[in-house]
Amino acid sequence: MVEQIPPPLFYDDDDIHKILKSTNIIALVGASPKWVRPSNFVMKYMQGKGFRVIPVNPSFAGKKILGETVYATLADIPLKFDMIDIFRSSIAAAGVVDEALDLGPDSNIKTIWMQLTVRNDAAARKAVAEGIQVVMDRCPKIEYGRLFGELGWSGVNSGIITSKRRKFS
Amino acid sequence: MVNDNSKVPWVYGNETNAVHAGAHPDPVTGARNTPIYQTTSYVFDNVEHAADLFNLQTFGFIYSRLTNPTVAVLEERMAALEGGRASVCTSSGHAAQFLTFFTLLEPGDEFIASRNLYGGSITQFGVSFKRLGWNCNFVDPTDPENFRKAITPKTKAIFIEVLANPGGIVLDLEAISMIAKDAHIPLIVDNTLATPYLLQPIKWGADLVVNSTTKFLSGHGTSLGGVLTESGKFDWGADDKFPSMTQPEPAYHGLTFYETFGDFGFTMKARAVGLRDFGPSMAPQNAFYTITAIESLPARMDRHVKNAQAVAEYLEKHPKVSKVSYAGLKTSPYHDLANKYMPKGAGSVFTCQLKGGYDAGVKLVEGVNLFSHLANVGDTRSLILHPASTTHRQLTDDQRDAAGAEADVIRLSIGQESIEDLIHDLDEGLSKV
Repeated sequence: MVEQIPPPLFYDDDDIHKILKSTNIIALVGASPKWVRPSNFVMKYMQGKGFRVIPVNPSFAGKKILGETVYATLADIPLKFDMIDIFRSSIAAAGVVDEALDLGPDSNIKTIWMQLTVRNDAAARKAVAEGIQVVMDRCPKIEYGRLFGELGWSGVNSGIITSKRRKFS
Repeated sequence: MVNDNSKVPWVYGNETNAVHAGAHPDPVTGARNTPIYQTTSYVFDNVEHAADLFNLQTFGFIYSRLTNPTVAVLEERMAALEGGRASVCTSSGHAAQFLTFFTLLEPGDEFIASRNLYGGSITQFGVSFKRLGWNCNFVDPTDPENFRKAITPKTKAIFIEVLANPGGIVLDLEAISMIAKDAHIPLIVDNTLATPYLLQPIKWGADLVVNSTTKFLSGHGTSLGGVLTESGKFDWGADDKFPSMTQPEPAYHGLTFYETFGDFGFTMKARAVGLRDFGPSMAPQNAFYTITAIESLPARMDRHVKNAQAVAEYLEKHPKVSKVSYAGLKTSPYHDLANKYMPKGAGSVFTCQLKGGYDAGVKLVEGVNLFSHLANVGDTRSLILHPASTTHRQLTDDQRDAAGAEADVIRLSIGQESIEDLIHDLDEGLSKV
């Protein structure tokens, strides 16, 4: 069987902007207690921007990361959350999506976000069929920084050309 | 929303990027032009915010040795113009090269460089880098296979100028980039003489691009500066060749730059460790002059190449001139490569040789009135220089000849003046030879 190269992913800036503006609580699957790990960077940054981030990692269940209690699974989280951010391999992401869908239509999950390098098109199609929007192979920290003007501070090409005043949140 | 292929983002042209990329109206005052943030440091919201900034966990400003809002506009603009992911500015082009190799190499590592480079680069690589344990092997770049033959297990990069200074040669960028890819080492291009308006090396496979912004980019001979741009496409983690990118960084509490910053990890490391610990940062005032100048880069380059073509054609027919090395001439052996890689023009810096040799060259340099005799290129003013006695003076005779700076070579950087005046001035100068 010839392995097919998946088509490039395009997301509209306005759609990403809407997700970031409408999300309040993020379940972060694959959270690390080590501050030098990317998942910890993202959690800290998103907390700083006013999001509540609930860490999920079975190895650290019951302990705390950045002031929040860690849960073993999505089902263990005792409050509703709008978004799941997946710091797992592309293959493992399918299991996380199944777990999320098992929580049922009342779960309030609006977005499943897979981190940079994480992409699982089959799992994404399943989630979309249930009315959940999916973003893959992107980082919410980088997208937040890009859309709200901070990413360019580090010399990164945001790709944004505009003669309007930028808003910082 | 899984993947909305109907929403392929609009790609702006480089004339638009030159004017807009990286710059936006000031969010507080609405000021349309980029303000000069002439400040050394920035207040923290609280202790935790300070810690987050020092740990690189959030984007923001600490101290202008690392980041500055005016310099950041230039960095993003250059990343956009080069079609790259991110850039970091430095105090000069040489500093950009130092930062590139500091981020790339360990002591004992090697890299291969074209022997047709700016003379200062040959000295930097061949003499000063050697003292740091970075070993450069120079090769004749006109046959791309020479790079492949020079690769050893210790080789960590290939460095070239596609449009080389001096000598008027154009390299086969695409072929050399394939050789770098085969060996999984980054191809670094010094794009100073072409500028991203005439050539975007990343589109042809370059992984890192350095520019001296002192030349055409700042364009008016006002401001020193350099910039390193990364494509974001090189996989630093594919093997263990680049521990500086893939191993925990002891100078940053064990942070791993490639894992944490991904496709802009190289410039983050160059900034967070290189600029922090060695300090060759760009001044905000210089960034401002350069940002302003880049807005007219496309218009200036169009005129530079038009004037250069006319002057080269004039000199080629002059009885006292033995050779003109300009890739824009149909007689140049590099004409086809120039058309392939730089269809808008082969730059405006080239060399000529006079039949009267060294003495004739000196008479011409001293006999012209409009051309300035100085050691720079890429100015609005036309410039003239005798490389053997100046920019290439530190080289051995062999190195000098190999770099295209033989004793009778005169280097010209053609400016923006009336073309009739430039030809008249050279005519007067040559009449004294």
